[in-house]
Amino acid sequence: MLEATKKTELSVDRRRILLAAGWSCIGIFTATLLSAIARFFFPRTIIEPPTRYKVGFPSQYPVGVSERFKKQFRIWIVREVDRIYVIEAKCTHLGCTPNWLAAEGKFKCPCHGSGFTPDGINIEGPAPRPLERFKVALDADGQIIVDEATRFRGDRGEWEKAGAFLKV
Amino acid sequence: MTQNSKENFLSKYRNMLKEKGLFGMLRDITVHSQVWKSVFRHTFADTPKNRMLKVVSNVFMHLHPAKVKRHAPQLKYTWCMGGISFFLFLVLTFTGVLLMFYYRPTVHDAYWDIKDLEYQVPFGAILRNLHRWSAHLMVITVWFHMFRVFATGSYKPPREFNWCVGVVLLVLTLLLSFTGYLLTWDQLGFWAVTVGTNMARSTPLLGHEGPFGEQLGMTAHNDIRFALLGGSLVGGNALLRAYVWHCIGLPLMISIFMMVHFWRVRKDGGISGPL
Repeated sequence: MLEATKKTELSVDRRRILLAAGWSCIGIFTATLLSAIARFFFPRTIIEPPTRYKVGFPSQYPVGVSERFKKQFRIWIVREVDRIYVIEAKCTHLGCTPNWLAAEGKFKCPCHGSGFTPDGINIEGPAPRPLERFKVALDADGQIIVDEATRFRGDRGEWEKAGAFLKV
Repeated sequence: MTQNSKENFLSKYRNMLKEKGLFGMLRDITVHSQVWKSVFRHTFADTPKNRMLKVVSNVFMHLHPAKVKRHAPQLKYTWCMGGISFFLFLVLTFTGVLLMFYYRPTVHDAYWDIKDLEYQVPFGAILRNLHRWSAHLMVITVWFHMFRVFATGSYKPPREFNWCVGVVLLVLTLLLSFTGYLLTWDQLGFWAVTVGTNMARSTPLLGHEGPFGEQLGMTAHNDIRFALLGGSLVGGNALLRAYVWHCIGLPLMISIFMMVHFWRVRKDGGISGPL
């Protein structure tokens, strides 16, 4: 009698362990499958425009906003008296491309009416912060080289950092 | 066959023809054939049992209740908005599959394929416009359906689960509408999707401009927006992804949720009225 009870308890225990093991296998399998599917949606290779490129010599840019590379790289090259920097032509509200209104001396976004000063400070409309700037440097041949991998945000006081502008 | 049985066989049809006329005879032969009876296993005598069998013995009808109370489908009460939404979904599936025969989701072809559909393909213009207008209408009818269900209090127990299924269906409808928007690959759709997916940047934790996103190491190349677009900008990958979600992924999901939705309408006490 006693032995029989013991045996029953033992077999129930084993059953529970096997059950847990079985469900763990199913769980691990499902989790692996789901994470593989999730990873699948992040491509390793993407064919997109270069993020590092040359935009000519500093002497080619007179004081003011240059739209020369707006269509190709979606940037404005801005020359102040003593510095050159590169503004990304992308509204900080929802990512439309603003227009440079030379007559009014400001950038204006056609989507929701955000406006920015020539140096990219938001002055009107829903844009929450200034336009962002890309890293600039001088290449060995003297041309300006733009690197989109590094951004400088005015609202974080990054515009005075090294690389945010070229001294000319 | 012997001479005798052959004559019996013929006289049977001769009598049928005399009694019921040509169409009556053909109808009788059809509904008494084994092929017909293997498909429809009940007779058509108008009895309560047969009325019920017509519904429950049909795989397409069996989600529907076998009996509907007379007051339940009243137009002034339900506006038929759920039914019209489903009808529009069927129209969209049908016209959408036809459009897929001419449309290629590539940056090079997409816009011009739609131009061809509008101006070159026989009946392409009406097909495309049916799809387009049905899509607009479906978004409207789904909202009206939701409003009606809210206004009549039809979300209350025991129907609260089905309300939640309905909210999922609403979201899927909007996602279908949104992914379809990009496929024309024109300025309107392109910028709408640019703006729409830019919102995904602000997703908490998963977006690189959202709360805690930056702290978790999210960038434009590994966040949720990147997974949606298949890149860091709206390009060829985004077009292909929108196409696959629009034509396969989302319709499959919405079909499954619709089955649950219709089934639960029946299980939770019918389409309207008190329980």
